[in-house]
Amino acid sequence: MIEVKNLVKSFDDKVVLEDISVTFEKGKTNLIIGASGSGKSVLLKNIVGLFKPDSGDILYDGRDFINAHRDLKTDIRREIGMLFQGGALFDSMTVEQNVKFPLDILTKMPEDEKLDRVNFCLKRVKLENTNKQMPSEISGGMQKRVGIARAIVNSSQYLFCDEPNSGLDPITSIKIDRLLAEITEEYQITTVIVTHDMNSVMEIGEYIMFLSNSHKLWEGNSDDIMHSGVQELDEFVFANKMMRRFRDQ
Amino acid sequence: MKSLGKYLLFISSLFKNRESFKTYVKLTFEECMLVGINSIVLVGLVSLFIGAVSTLQTAFNLVNPLIPDSVVGLVVRDLTILELAPTITAIIFAGKVGSSIAGNLGTMRITEQIDALEVMGINSASYLVLPKIVGTLIMYPLLVILAGVLAILGGFLAAKFGGVVSTADYFTGLKMDFNQFTVSFALIKSVVFGFLVSSISSYMGFFTKGGALEVGQASTRAVTVSCIAILFSDFILAQLLLVR
Repeated sequence: MIEVKNLVKSFDDKVVLEDISVTFEKGKTNLIIGASGSGKSVLLKNIVGLFKPDSGDILYDGRDFINAHRDLKTDIRREIGMLFQGGALFDSMTVEQNVKFPLDILTKMPEDEKLDRVNFCLKRVKLENTNKQMPSEISGGMQKRVGIARAIVNSSQYLFCDEPNSGLDPITSIKIDRLLAEITEEYQITTVIVTHDMNSVMEIGEYIMFLSNSHKLWEGNSDDIMHSGVQELDEFVFANKMMRRFRDQ
Repeated sequence: MKSLGKYLLFISSLFKNRESFKTYVKLTFEECMLVGINSIVLVGLVSLFIGAVSTLQTAFNLVNPLIPDSVVGLVVRDLTILELAPTITAIIFAGKVGSSIAGNLGTMRITEQIDALEVMGINSASYLVLPKIVGTLIMYPLLVILAGVLAILGGFLAAKFGGVVSTADYFTGLKMDFNQFTVSFALIKSVVFGFLVSSISSYMGFFTKGGALEVGQASTRAVTVSCIAILFSDFILAQLLLVR
C-alpha cells in the first residue's frame, strides 16, 4: 500500500500539485487520470522519488520515503518497478540484457537462475524468443511489454506505469492493460497507472483518482465514474462522441 | 558561478551510493574500448601529419646558415611533447569523444533511461559517468604517448622523403638538450585534459532537457566548453610547472 499525504509540488512559482492525499491499495490497479498538464506524471514522479515534493509525506507500507535515510530509500526503490511512457529500454542492450539488468545490478543471483527468471518474465509478457533482439528491432507494443518484464523481474512490490498505452493501437493497448491487471492480481503488488485513455479506465480501473488543475477532484471506480456529478470529470470522460452516445442511451 | 557549483556537486555525486567494484571494472573496460581504442586511428593520423608538417615548416623557416639543420629535430620534439601531443590531441579528443559522451547521455536523459536507473535505486551519475571518467584517465595519457611517438615519426618521414633535413640531423636534434621533465609535464597535462573533457561532456549530457535539438546543443556546448577549459588549464599548468 502506498499513502500520499498532503503532497505539494511547485516549479518556480507555478503550483503543479496542491495538497494531494491518496491511498493506493495492494492488489488493485490504481489509476491516476486527468487532462494533459493536470499534474499526473508529476505526481507519479514525486511518488517514485524522481522529484522531491515541497511538502507532504509518501509512505510505502508505512515506511516514510521522503525523509528516509539514503539506505532505506535505496531499499524501497529496489522494490519499485516502473514502465515509462517510451519504454526507456537501454538501447545498447538486447531485450534479454534489458530484462536481466535489475538482477545483474541488484542481486547476487547465479547467472543460470537469472536467465531462468528473465525467460519466465518474457514468457509472462508473451515475448518468448525475442531475447537476442535489440529494442530498435521490435515494435512499440513489444517494447512496452519488455518494459513490463523488466519492471517485474526483480519481484517488485510496487509497479508504476506512465502512460502505458501512448502510441499504441486500441487492441495492443487493451492487451497491455489486461497484462498489467493480471500481474497486479497474480503477484498482489501495488500498481499505479497514469493514463488519459478512457478504454483503460473502463477496462481495469479498480481505483481511479481524477486530477484537474493541480487538485484531486474525484476518486472512485470505473462503475462510479459515469455518474460522478463532477463537471470537469464529465467533460473528460464524455469528451468523445462514442462515450456521449453511450451516456445518452 | 552557478554552473560551476552545479558541476562540482555533480562530480561529488559520482562517489556516493556506488555500485559494486566488479560492475565498475566491467563498465570501465567497455569505456576504455570506446574512448581509447576507437580514437587510435584519428589521433594517429592527425599526429603523423602534424609531425610531418611541423618538420617541413620549421625547416622552411630556418634560413639562417648559422643555425644547424639539427635544430629542426629539436623544435619538432619540444613542440610535440610540450604542446602538440597533449593539447592538440585534447582538442581532437573533445570533438570526437566529448561530443559522443554528451550525445549519449543526453539521449539517455530525454528517453528516460536515466530516470529508469534512478527508479531502480541506482546512482545514475555514478553508474554512467564514473566509468567514462576513469576510462578516459586511463586511455587519454596512452593516446598522448602514441600521438607524441607518431608525430616524431611523421617528422622523421618528412625529413627522409621531403629532403628538407637529413635523417641524421633530425635524430641529432631529437637528442639535443633533452629535458626529461617535458615528458612528465605532457603526462600531467594529459591527465588534467582527460578529466576535463570527460567530466564536462558528461555534465553537459547528463543535464540535457528537452528533445533531439537540445541533445545536439548539449554536444556542441560540451565541445566548446571542453576546448576553453583545455586552453585555460594549459596556460595555468604551464605557468605553474614551467615558469621559474
